[in-house]
Amino acid sequence: MARFTGKKAKETPALNMGSMSDIIFMLLFFFMVITTMRESTLFVKISVPKGTEVVKLEKKSLVSYINVGVPQEQLQKQYGTEPRIQLNDQISEVSDIIGFIEEEREQRSEDERAQLTTAIKADTLVRMGLITDIKQELRQAGALKIFYNAAKGAVK
Amino acid sequence: MARKTPGLNTSAMSDISFLLLAFFLMVSNINTDSGLARRLPPPLPEDVKPPEVKERNIFIVMVNKDDQLLFNTEYGNIRDLKARAKEFLGNPRNLPHFPEKNPTEIPYIGVYPVSKGVISLRNDRGTSYNMYLKVQNELTAAINEMRNELSQQVFHKSPYTELNDEQRKAIEQAIPMSISEAEPTKIGEKK
Repeated sequence: MARFTGKKAKETPALNMGSMSDIIFMLLFFFMVITTMRESTLFVKISVPKGTEVVKLEKKSLVSYINVGVPQEQLQKQYGTEPRIQLNDQISEVSDIIGFIEEEREQRSEDERAQLTTAIKADTLVRMGLITDIKQELRQAGALKIFYNAAKGAVK
Repeated sequence: MARKTPGLNTSAMSDISFLLLAFFLMVSNINTDSGLARRLPPPLPEDVKPPEVKERNIFIVMVNKDDQLLFNTEYGNIRDLKARAKEFLGNPRNLPHFPEKNPTEIPYIGVYPVSKGVISLRNDRGTSYNMYLKVQNELTAAINEMRNELSQQVFHKSPYTELNDEQRKAIEQAIPMSISEAEPTKIGEKK
């Protein structure tokens, strides 16, 4: 059985590293596909209205979001079926907005505070009563730059 | 049987990988938000009365709880809103029931009759947000069109958003975004 005792068996064969890059690329793609930029999970259902004159929202770091809509199905037992407001990661009341704006201001440096924009991301079915209340609170809080989220598209 | 495996030619693999990479780079977009930017008026001090505005300088757009429109005193259609707003703000024939103009010296443009007209937008608490945004969109469209026309006239360039900062400011000064929203009143409840 010279085959098992021969000199050749002692050498470890060199590993073929050629496919390593493929594996790395595969991982890269996997992460690319599943990644979405972190946004707070939405507890309310929102489909924004459409408009033809929409502009892009500049400087995303200086934007605080107010989401308005009907709570998601699994949360409707807890929060009901009327449109609610979501600030950061929780369903809130209109009266919480002033505090929320204060908090958002605290996080920014002095000279950035004036440029802080509040984006109102509301569902098409929301009634203006709620939106008006939000706007009144924002005026009280001194957050005057606002932005109505809308998708680009022909208005029906 | 220890047979020598022939070396695979993997040089084309990197090409394929790059092709895929390029594909995903192109189709993926970091979702950008779009919408309409507005500025809220500062809160009114209680003892100060809002300034009086002449009747000819106001164009009232009212939206009721059933999303119906009223222009000044007559029923209106959303499709006519843009034309009506342009007619009102532009007042091309200087009609007496349309807004006055205030000749102002503006850099690049010279003396330009700036309209004193204000579009007053009033909505009910029961108005749908969809309708409200449609109205806002039409009004924005009217103002944008007028700005583009002026930009074409003065700078021979349109749309006006492609002008440089100073030119754009001049255009914005000549045709201001004069949409005013009424202080909210409670008329009928419909959640």
